[in-house]
Amino acid sequence: MRVKAEQQGGAHTIDVVGALHGELQPLIPLDALVPLDELAASVKGRGIPDALMSLGKFGGAHQLYIPWMQASYIMVANKEALPYLPAGANIDALSYEQLAFWASAVQEKTSKRVLGFPAGPQGLMHRFFEGFLYPSYTGGVVVPFRSVAAEAMWTQFASLWKSVNPNSTSYNFMQEPLLSGDVWIAFDHIARVLDALRQKPNEFVAFPAPGGPKGRGYMPVLAGLAILKGAPDTNGAMALIDYLAQPETQIATARSVGFFPVVKADLPPDLDPGIKLGAGAIEKAQSAKDALTTLLPIGLGQRGGEFDKVFMDTFQLVVLRGQKPRAVLDREAETLRRLMTETGAPCWLPDPPSTGACQVQ
Amino acid sequence: MNARVTPYLLIAPSLGFLTALFFVPLVQTIALAFQANGGWSTENFSRMAGDLNFTDAVVNTFEIVVIVVPLQLLLALAMAMMLQHVRGGRDIVLWIWSIPLGISDLAAGLVWLAILTDKGYLNTVLLRVRVLSGPQSWLSYETPATLLAAIVVAELWRATAIVLVILVAGVQLIPKEYGEAADVFGATPWQRFTRVTLPLLRPSIQTALILRTVLAFEMFAIVLSIGGRNFPVLVSEAFNWQYNQQDFGVAAAYAVIVMGVSLAATLIYLRVLRTPAAQR
Repeated sequence: MRVKAEQQGGAHTIDVVGALHGELQPLIPLDALVPLDELAASVKGRGIPDALMSLGKFGGAHQLYIPWMQASYIMVANKEALPYLPAGANIDALSYEQLAFWASAVQEKTSKRVLGFPAGPQGLMHRFFEGFLYPSYTGGVVVPFRSVAAEAMWTQFASLWKSVNPNSTSYNFMQEPLLSGDVWIAFDHIARVLDALRQKPNEFVAFPAPGGPKGRGYMPVLAGLAILKGAPDTNGAMALIDYLAQPETQIATARSVGFFPVVKADLPPDLDPGIKLGAGAIEKAQSAKDALTTLLPIGLGQRGGEFDKVFMDTFQLVVLRGQKPRAVLDREAETLRRLMTETGAPCWLPDPPSTGACQVQ
Repeated sequence: MNARVTPYLLIAPSLGFLTALFFVPLVQTIALAFQANGGWSTENFSRMAGDLNFTDAVVNTFEIVVIVVPLQLLLALAMAMMLQHVRGGRDIVLWIWSIPLGISDLAAGLVWLAILTDKGYLNTVLLRVRVLSGPQSWLSYETPATLLAAIVVAELWRATAIVLVILVAGVQLIPKEYGEAADVFGATPWQRFTRVTLPLLRPSIQTALILRTVLAFEMFAIVLSIGGRNFPVLVSEAFNWQYNQQDFGVAAAYAVIVMGVSLAATLIYLRVLRTPAAQR
């Protein structure tokens, strides 16, 4: 808000803006950000992945922000579950089929349903659908919402759910059921499993979310650094960004706020082993060969909750109430269409760019 | 000061208070519920009715009210009658019975959650006495019957006391002479209860029922902490639409429904349980 006011009022006091990708996006139409192509070239050697770097271009020709720090969603497993991994499966490159085999193998042997998702009222389950499951199976989120691939995906996910702990609809943070042993394999935002990793780093492993036919959906919660047009001290601002994009600074940032480096950073041996586990999982996810970078919804403004509800309603109807995916998808697609039309939000990754509002096919 | 004006002056602050903090928001909520896209419409209501949780929320809410309120009335009546025959320590018994009144809804919900959750106190005890052989879920979407039972028990525990307090006050107002007269004519204790005590308690029962029913329709924190997403009720859906979906129109529509249902229940009680003019 203040940035907007300054741009419109012409009295500039801010040099550097550090904000989430989705918060910087609204500044693009205002033409408020200084192109940072030179700076981008100079920090490129530090190992910022291309996928993240290109997000800072917002689909245009110029670098408008420098990726700064990231959080994401990861999987965490209790080491007791590891012996049940399907033969030949690499835990860092699991497929959804392998995850299903794994969970059902544990279920067969221990008669426990050990897979857990944060599907409680305050949980972040919707991000799993928007940033991981949908992209992995359909290569998109909004456009292929009711596609044949999506239908198959929901059918498979419903069958995977047979190995899921039924208390998942009450879990908000997965660290608690992980620590109590109710759940052995869980998906959640890193900040919501970090307690488990920190308290018992020797009992857990952290790894990327599974992949599907279209890749390995990976939704970074990415913050970037940008410089505003009219900034009083552009050179100082550049220097500050350069400093914040150094590996040591980024490790210090990770230590204090739990957002992880985007540059290649050798984690110091004295770093909290829990944080190290989390950082490792994020690093593996973003550098996976089949990584498919996805973004948090952009351009929905106040109505992000309605967008999330479309996915959670579909989940509730198909998975929890056992309805046929086709009818549910067709119905929910109408809600999604209306929402996209009313907000006029253009497509975001991994959906292909759209000229107008992003539309369900 | 003029004696005719004084009473009005004395109630003026509370009237002003109610108008500002109750009546105005009420009108605003109703207006909000009937507005969409900048004009008057019933779209909020059709969206509410079309939502997958709406039917569940209505059914669940009525289920709870229909089960809990009569049970609470019976329990409170029994407790009030027993209390009459307690000689020593009557105050202490009453005091203990009304402890739940002093506990917030949410805290009560969390207490029951701690008891009934997978690794809660109940399962620990059942495992120890070998009734169970492994963890058993009571509160998941796969066990709707025990989930409902858990919420009913928690509601009974928490809110029976308010009915009890009203009924105890009512029982104390009944003159002893009526009971003694019934004894003289050879009434059995049951006859004395049904023919003398109950009719004279009618105003108290009416008050208690109205209060409890309205509160039961507004039940929220207990259900949310025990049932979460698995047991939607009208008010929790209003909460969801307001804070998670940030759709204030649909939330207001839910609020209007809750208000309408509560009003209707109150009117029914007032009519059915009215004290005949001859007895006033």
